[in-house]
This record gives sequence, structure tokens and C-alpha cells, in this order.
Amino acid sequence: MSGSSLFFILALCAALAITVPPLGAYLAQVYDTTEGAKAPGDRVFRPIERLIYRLTRVDEKREQRWSTYTISLLAFSLMSLLAVYLFQRFQTHLPFNPTSATAVNPAGAFNVAVSFMTNTNWQWYSGEVAMSHLTQMVGLTVQNFVSAGAGMAVLVALIRGISRRGQRTLGNFWVDMTRSIVRVLIPLSLIFAVVLISRGVIQNFHGATTAHTIEGATQSIPGGPVASQEAIKQIGSNGGGFFNANSAHPFENPDGWSNFIELWAILAIPFGFALAYGRMVGDRRQGKLLITVMIVMWAAFSGVAVLAEGNGNPRLATVGVDQSISTTQAGGNMEGKDVRFGPAECGTWAGATTGTSNGSVNCMHDSFTPLGGLSTLSHMMLGEVSPGGLGVGLMGLLIHALLAVFIAGLMVGRTPEYLGKKVQAAEMKLVTIYILMMPIALLVFAAASVMLKSAQASILNPGAHGLSEVLYAYASAANNNGSAFAGLNAGTQWYTITQGIAMLIGRFGLIIPALAIGGSFVRKQRVPETSGTFPTHTALYGVLVLGVVVIVAGLTFFPALALGPIVEHLSL
Amino acid sequence: MTATLTPESEEHSSAAGKNTKKSASLFDPSIVKGATWDALKKLDPRTMVRNPVMFVVEIGSVLTTVLFFQHLHDSSGDVNKFSGLVAAWLWFTVLFANFAEAMAEGRGKAQAAALRKTRADTTARVRQPDGTIIEKSSALLAVGDLCVVTAGEVIPGDGDIVEGIATVDESAITGESAPVIRESGGDRSAVTGGTRVLSDEVVVSISAKPGESFLDRMIALVEGSSRQKTPNEIALSILLAGLTIIFLLAVVTLQPFAAYSSAHQPIIVLVALLVCLIPTTIGGLLSAIGIAGMDRLVQRNVLAMSGRAVEAAGDVSTLLLDKTGTITYGSRQAAEFLPVHGVTEAELAEAALASSLADETPEGRSIVVFAMDRYGVAKTTDRDAVMVPFTAQTRMSGMDFSNGRQVRKGATDSVKRYCAELGGEVPLELTPITDSVSRDGATPLVVIDQTPGNKPRILGVIRLKDTVKPGMTERFDQLRAMGIRTIMITGDNPLTAAAIAKEAGVDDFLAEATPEDKMALIKREQEGGKLVAMTGDGTNDAPALAQADVGVAMNTGTQAAKEAGNMVDLDSNPTKLIEIVEIGKQLLITRGALTTFSIANDVAKYFAIIPAMFSGVIPVLNDLNIMHLHSPRSAILAAVIFNALIIIALVPLALRGVKFVAEAAGAVLRRNLLIYGLGGIIAPFIGIKVIDLIIVALGVK
Repeated sequence: MSGSSLFFILALCAALAITVPPLGAYLAQVYDTTEGAKAPGDRVFRPIERLIYRLTRVDEKREQRWSTYTISLLAFSLMSLLAVYLFQRFQTHLPFNPTSATAVNPAGAFNVAVSFMTNTNWQWYSGEVAMSHLTQMVGLTVQNFVSAGAGMAVLVALIRGISRRGQRTLGNFWVDMTRSIVRVLIPLSLIFAVVLISRGVIQNFHGATTAHTIEGATQSIPGGPVASQEAIKQIGSNGGGFFNANSAHPFENPDGWSNFIELWAILAIPFGFALAYGRMVGDRRQGKLLITVMIVMWAAFSGVAVLAEGNGNPRLATVGVDQSISTTQAGGNMEGKDVRFGPAECGTWAGATTGTSNGSVNCMHDSFTPLGGLSTLSHMMLGEVSPGGLGVGLMGLLIHALLAVFIAGLMVGRTPEYLGKKVQAAEMKLVTIYILMMPIALLVFAAASVMLKSAQASILNPGAHGLSEVLYAYASAANNNGSAFAGLNAGTQWYTITQGIAMLIGRFGLIIPALAIGGSFVRKQRVPETSGTFPTHTALYGVLVLGVVVIVAGLTFFPALALGPIVEHLSL
Repeated sequence: MTATLTPESEEHSSAAGKNTKKSASLFDPSIVKGATWDALKKLDPRTMVRNPVMFVVEIGSVLTTVLFFQHLHDSSGDVNKFSGLVAAWLWFTVLFANFAEAMAEGRGKAQAAALRKTRADTTARVRQPDGTIIEKSSALLAVGDLCVVTAGEVIPGDGDIVEGIATVDESAITGESAPVIRESGGDRSAVTGGTRVLSDEVVVSISAKPGESFLDRMIALVEGSSRQKTPNEIALSILLAGLTIIFLLAVVTLQPFAAYSSAHQPIIVLVALLVCLIPTTIGGLLSAIGIAGMDRLVQRNVLAMSGRAVEAAGDVSTLLLDKTGTITYGSRQAAEFLPVHGVTEAELAEAALASSLADETPEGRSIVVFAMDRYGVAKTTDRDAVMVPFTAQTRMSGMDFSNGRQVRKGATDSVKRYCAELGGEVPLELTPITDSVSRDGATPLVVIDQTPGNKPRILGVIRLKDTVKPGMTERFDQLRAMGIRTIMITGDNPLTAAAIAKEAGVDDFLAEATPEDKMALIKREQEGGKLVAMTGDGTNDAPALAQADVGVAMNTGTQAAKEAGNMVDLDSNPTKLIEIVEIGKQLLITRGALTTFSIANDVAKYFAIIPAMFSGVIPVLNDLNIMHLHSPRSAILAAVIFNALIIIALVPLALRGVKFVAEAAGAVLRRNLLIYGLGGIIAPFIGIKVIDLIIVALGVK
């Protein structure tokens, strides 16, 4: 690794270390809805919120049980789905369509609507070609905010279930989502968009600008409100780019600085939630433990990607290709990477984007070395918990933590309890459902895809790499990540529809059990802590949580991975 | 226990060996034989379906067997040998799991058979309201019937003695051959159907319907027929079912991936992989662990009315223990002589001994023994001395010597009054001495001596101390380490209670406790989310026993107490509560440890089977064959055999339970994670390699 790359990574870690703790503290205050609680910026935000509640007729004092909370979320998501679908289908008849984008086909529009509503932001299309500016702004960008806000609300509801005792309600979905958007997403995105513009990210309403190159060819350069979408794309762990090339496109991610701050934006809030959690349950050690588990996984998987890409491809070395670091080249495996970013910058990004369910890319994961590709693929297969998407990432880790506490509880001879709440059959049923959903969506559709001749036709590379492409596509969809391995033509009916279903399972198949666990926990009284209680803030417990996440995913996906990236790697 | 329960057996363990009853050895040949047969009978799919993990294995066994016969003619000898062996070992896997369960049940069944003999129908003599007596089969008795039972007869049903007193042989249920006394009124009125009256005649009011008696419940319990899954067992079963589904998914979808990679797999291999991955070890042993846990309680002569209660015992955070009989011996013993100014200890000892000869209570005897042992005082040689026994009026005992000397000892107030009546003076330092004795939790007795012609002289104070049983402090330390708070319940005054609490090392105490206080304490603890365990025997304990999460009734207690509690201790030993807690914890730990072990095993199995499946078509995958197993077939077979044998290997652990050490939760987890987690990852690598070497030597190619 070059010195500058090392500096880049260390600087990123330092920036996160400085900013995440205050962010966590701020988040905890944002969701403190107890009577009379104050949060920073109330003077600005309260009037806006009050106005929203008045217009939408939401009674912010009225809390919801888990079932009502879930129904609110589902109803809202359904409306979002319909809106985005209709925008795409009727964009030719609607304004702000300078590129004369045509109506998106029904299956494709369904896929996009699901994709943005579930915070996946998988894109089978080229944004600059297929979508009008209106669809991008009012359809997709709005979803970038609300789908992230909904995910944050769900986590907050689960946390309230854990921290409250002997109650019935988990909070109000509309209030939690509104506060997420008004107090977190919009302010951060505003600042971030301005910073991005300062680095050269474009923000305009132009259609394509025709340019004449020096060679005399004509080039069509697309324009659009990129910075505004880019900001929330990273802040909201969305990842759906304005351009097909996503953050590898210079208009989205012009230079090393923008690369740096976008990476920060991808990671900061998801990590911040872990610390916020500790404050919200009144035991900061709990948050510190979970963030440590997140960091260890994130660092390990990112590290593999950085090193694998930095080491380059041994096959190329045997034919005499120079992959060393020098003043003229970044070294390592540069296939599918922009020269603005070297292997380390791309590996770090790959770890961040697959660990957070963000899904934006600044290089092509399809061109990674097998080991690098394996790291991104398996990072998603962990269930997006390192640190995972906004809210939903920590939610996933908490579910795994419950599984860990169950096993630990049995092994110390006591009915398992997490933060004083007993983990019993009802919760284990929900935890099991949660754990099952993602592998079902991933494996069933991936297996079906390699069985179907028509679906196999979409695979660009034959053999093991082709299997990796299919696995990646469904891992991305089922984990609501949205990053693409590329190489797979996912624009066919089969893929758009099945991936849409996988995304729905990956979103609601997980959120509903998690909310139900919150609903079950919130009624329970707290068992007082004694030395017979297994402490959930120790390193031992951290190891156990880590082990549960890795072993559950490992045992589930090892056979499939063995035939994909592992074979590729061993064949090198 | 099996042997000692047999009523006809004359070899009951002696009273001395009461708590060290011999349990049947783990692999008693007769039980093994029965269990082997039962293991086969349990193959019935209707039985198997209750255990989803093993049911999947059974389906796999059927499938591989069918495939083996189907392809018998069109495959090579090596393939046939392989398929046949896989199918056989899959059957063994199921049978081993069934065997484990049957073994656990078998031990209970032997006990149940013995108990059943006791339950044989007897003829009850029922006294009618008009006083006439009619004969009735014990099976037709109704609640409230008054049965007359005379010496030599078997008590026809559970009930309370309403008239009379009798000695009863309860060995049929307790295994204790020494007869016990049961009498009407008070806390020792309960009798159990099937026990025998040895002397006298009593009238028993029947309190349980035939078929629902204590003995019936006991039989159902040890047999496991009424066994319901406990809450944690249900939660674990759900997790195991979930894991089974995950692995089913992983294996079923592997075929398309394999086909895509041009490495289509035979069904037998996929079934072998599936069976190796699903948690068969814990799935096969789960019910055996539960049954064995109950069995361990029965071996300690505790009958739990539900598995739920046993599990709750492991969760208990507060133990309420009665002081008397549990923490202390209950009888106060002389511990010190404290003379007043001008009196020697020997002088006091002599008078104390003389005044206590008439006192037949344990306290009195202890004074005599203490004076003789410690001070070498001899009993008086005055043959004409008159013993003055304790009366309720004087509240003193003593001796009138022939020379007119009178010595008395008694409660402070009584002696002071006596002294004043005789015109004596109470020494000034007496009150400080008696107060300080009381403050230490001991009881002061004052000794007074009057020789003819002199004023009575108060010699000093005998300190009577309630002795804490040895080893209690350590037990409470262990409990504290486990996070369990002990609260001592006593009728003593707060001063005495505090002193004993301090000496015994309990965390808290409830002094001058009334049944209402006890109840209030339990409720208060429970409101804070704590689980409370207690023991009790009297009728007035019944509400508290019912309120407590774990209520252990003493078998000597009243029927009401036995009905209210969820466990009955046949030895009536209140200290047993501590063991019950440990058994409850051990039960959960065994399940947790084997679950972890089972899942950890899968890592090695993947490294055995995945390269074996694919290295033929994709040679690079043989790099994953880190165990260097001989061939794909030997590798798969070795994994399957390991998977089956590990069940049998762990049967003793499942039946005996994981060793329990009283420690804080963190330490317990660290050790168990190392042994069963890390051990679970490493053990199969070694096991599979060894099996591979053996089967290759035996000719598997």
C-alpha cells in the first residue's frame, strides 16, 4: 500500500473517531420523545415539525403499539411504492424531462420502485438515460430520504422496546420518521451537498450538453441535480447513483477529497447509531460493545478487500504485467478502477458500501480479484450489520445479539435475558424468522437463476465468476444493499421481478419480526441484574456476538461461496 | 434410587445413608436392553415427527436406503458399498438419538414400575357420618371420605389424619426405612396413599381423587409420560428447527449451483451433507437431557411437579431459607458460662450442671455435656437430691439438695423475680451480660444458688447459642457468586436474627416473621422481577409456597403445603433447595453446551464434505481438504460416522449433565465456550480424520 493510501485510511478512521461520538449523542437526543425532553436545534426544528404534524394531522403525543407502528410503516411504504412506480410509468407526460426519457417498462418500474422504497437503490438501468429529472428528484430522491427515515424509525422502536418496561407502545412511526428526516437527514444533506458542489459535483437542471472532443468526435455530457441526490445517497445509506457509473463517475465523485468525505458520510451515521443506542438504553457500555463488534467486522472485511486489490492479480504478474506501486501508477489490481482512486481507496470504499447496505460504488466490484470480490459478497451476506444501513444495520446486529444472549444464557444456566428482558420462546421464534428470511431470498432466487436457461443468459462471465455475479446480485437485493457486481444483465423481466421480491423480503421480512420483538419486549419487566446475570458489555460477549454473526452466515453460505469466489481464488 | 424405591426390597438404605442413595449406574444392563428395543420402536414416524431435527434424519435414512437398493444393480461395488454404509450410518444416527431418549426414560420407567406395585388396589374402610363403617375399593374413594386405618394396613389414599396418631412406614415413596410419626392436627398430619401404618389406628380424610394422588403423579413424572417441554426447551427447539431449515436451504440450493458448475451431486451425498450439518447432536439428546434432569432430582428424592419449576429453579435470584433446621441445627446449645463478679467459672459450671439435670430438653442436655466436658464437673453424688423440673409457671428448672441448697436456672426475668422473692439482690453487672448475650443472637439463662441461711446468689449466665450448620457460609458464598441472594426467615427477634445472619453469611433476614410477612416479602421481591424460591411445611406456609416461583414442600408437611408447592422433598431437608437450584442451572447449561458443540462441529464437516463433493470436477477445491482425508467417499462417510458416534459418545454427558461450578456468569460462560465452542470446532477435525484412517484401513476406497 502506498503512503498516501495509508494516510487516506488513517485519516478516515480519525475523522470517524472524532465525529461519531457527538453524532451518537445527538441521535440519542433526537429520539428522546419523553415529555419535556430537549434536543439541540429545537428552536429551528420544532416549528417545522409542528407544521408537518398539523398538515398531516399527526398527533405526536399518541404512541403506537408495535402492530400499529408496523401498519403505519407498511402503509407508508406501499404509498411510496405506488408513487415511484407511477412517476416512472408516466414520466413522458410530466415536466422536467429534458432528455425525453420514455416510460419505464412495468417490471423494471416495479423493480425501481421497490428498490428505492426499501432503501436498496439497486439500479438495473442507467439513471441518466432512463429517468427524467422529475422522477429522479420527486420520486427517487424523496425516497432516499423517507426510506432511510423509515429504517431509522424502526430501529428506534426496537430500542424503545428494549429500554421501556411494562408498557405497550413503541413510539409513533410518523413522529420518529419526521424527526429522522427533519433533524438528521435534511440538515446533514444540505451541508454535505454544498461541500460536494465545492469539490466539483454538478448541480443543475440541464439535459445533455453536446461537446466536441479534440479528436473531433461529439460527446453527450449529461447534467442534472447531482449534488443534492449524491448527498442523501451517501448520508441515507441509499447508494443509488444519478449516473450509471455511480460514484465512479467524476460528476458524482470528482476527486480524492470528495471520495474521502463521501466515505465518511456512508459510515458516520450507521456507526453513530450504536453509540446512540447505548445512551438510549441508559448503559453506554452496551453501545460501545456493539460499535466495537461493528468496527472489527468492518475492518476485517475492508482490510481483505484493500489487501487483495493492492496485491494485484498473480496471473498478470506471471505474464509480466507490472503491478507495483510507483510514481506513475497506483499499483495492484487496477482493472475496473478509476486512476483517481487506487486499490486502497477502492477497497476501503467496497468495505464501507457493502458493510453499510449503502451500495454505491466507486469502482467495479466485478473486476475485483476473487478474494476482494469474496470480501464484498460475504460482507453483505453477514446481513448488513457492520455497521449496516441507517437504523436497520444496528437492528440486525441487535437481533444477532439476542441470539448470542440466548446461547450464552443457556450456557450459564439461566433463562437468557438481554438488558433485563427475558428472551423466551416468542422472541426466539421471531429471531429465527428474522435470521431465515435473508438466506431464503438470496439462495432460492440465486439457485433458480442458475437453473433457468433464460436467466443464465444474463451472466456475462461463464463458470465460477458467473456464479459470483448471480450470488452478488441476490445478496445485494436480499440485504437491501443495492451495489452491483456488474457483469450481470439484470434488466430482464426475471431479474427485475425476482430481485424486487428479494428486496421486499429483505426489508419487511426482517423489519416486521424486529418490530414484533420490540412489541414483545416492551411489555416485559426488567429482571434485576445480579452476578448470575450474564453481562452484555464484556469482550467475551462481543466475541460471542461476532461469532454468531460470522458462523450463522458462514454455515449458510459456505457451500455456495465455495463454488463461486473460493474456486476462483484457488484457481489463481 | 431405582433399587431403594422397590417396596419389597429389604435392602433399603439405612437412615444414616439417607442422602447418599445409590443411583443406578449410568449403563445398567437391564435398562440398556430395554432402551435398545425402545429405540427401534421410536422409529415410528408419528413419534419421530415430534423431534423435527431427527425426523429430517429419518426421512434422509429412508431416502438413502431406497436409493441404495434402486441403484444396487447399475452401480459399481465401491459405490454400492459407500451408499449402503451411508444409509446404514444414517439409520444409526436416528437410532442413537432414540436410544439416548430411551435410556433416560428407561431409568424412570424402572422407578415407575416399582412404584406401581405399591399402588395396587386396597380395600378402604370408610366411616360413614352415622358412624358405621363400609368397605370400599381404594379406587372408588372420594375426596372427603374418612378412612379408618389400623396397624398393618396400607393407607388407601392421600389425605390428612383427622384423628389419632400412628407410626407410618413411608419407605415406599421416600426410600427411608425408619418409620415416621404422623398425627392429627399440626404440621405433621399428611399421609400418602400406598404407605403403611405400623402401629395404632388413625382416621384419614382423603384429599386426592384416585388417579390424581401423589403416587400417581410421581409415577407419571418419573416415567416421563406427563413430561411437557419446558419454556427454554421450547425456545431452543424453535432455534434448532430454524437451523435445520437454514441447512436444508443451503443443501437444496447447492444442487443447482453444483449443476451450474458441472458437478451434479448424487442425492445420497446431499442427504449425507444435510444430516451432518443439521444440529443432530443436540437434537438427538435434547429430550434425554430434560428427562435426565428430572431424574437427577428424583435421585435426590425431590419430586418436581413440572419441568417448568426445575427450570425456574435455575433462574432463582432470591432464596428464602428458614433459619431453624436449614441454616442452624435449631437446638440451642450451651456455648459459654459467664460468671458475675466474685464467682469462678467452675462454680458457675457446677451449679449450671446441677440445675440442668432435670432439664431433658436438648438445651438442658447441652449444658450438662458442656459443663462436664469443658470444666470436668461431675454429677452430684447426693442421692437424696430432688430434681425440680421445668414448669410453665416457674419457667425454671433446678435441683434441691438434701442439705437444703437450691439451685435454679431459667430465663432472666424468671430468675430475677425468683431472686427478689427470696430477698436476694440482683448483681449490677447481670443486665449488661444478658443484654450482650442477646445482642449476639444467643439466649441467656441465669443461674441462681441459695444455700440455707444465706441470701440467694446469682452466679452468672449460661450462653445458649443456636449453632450454624458447618459449611453453610461457603454455600452462601457460592450462591452469591451465582447471583443468588439468600434471605433467612426466622421467628427470632431482630437482634438475634441479625447475629445469626451475620454468622451464617446470609445476605438479609426477616425477623419475627409471620406467614403474612413472608408472603409480603415474596411479593416485594417478585415485583422487582426476581424469582423467589422457598421451602415450607406448615399449612400456613401454603399461600407463600404457591406464590413463590419455586416452592419446595417438605414431605413431612401438611397436605395443603404439598399441594401448594411445585416440588416435594421426600427427605424433608430444607437445605436441598440449594441443590435444586444447581440442578436447574445444570439442565440449561447442558442444553446450551451441546447446542454450541453441535453447531461448532459443522465447521469441520464442511471442510470434510465440500472438497469431497467437488474436487472430482473442480480439482482446486481439494485445497480445502485440510484434513487430507483419503478419498471423497471416505471423507463423506467419516463425517457421517462421526456425526452418529458423537451422539452416543455424549449420552453420558447428557444424562449426567455438564459439570456445574458455582461461579459468576461470565466465568461459567468463558469456560463452557472454551470447552464446547472451541472444543466443538477442534474435536471433529480429529475425530473425522481418525475415522477416515480406520475406515480406509477397513477397505473403504
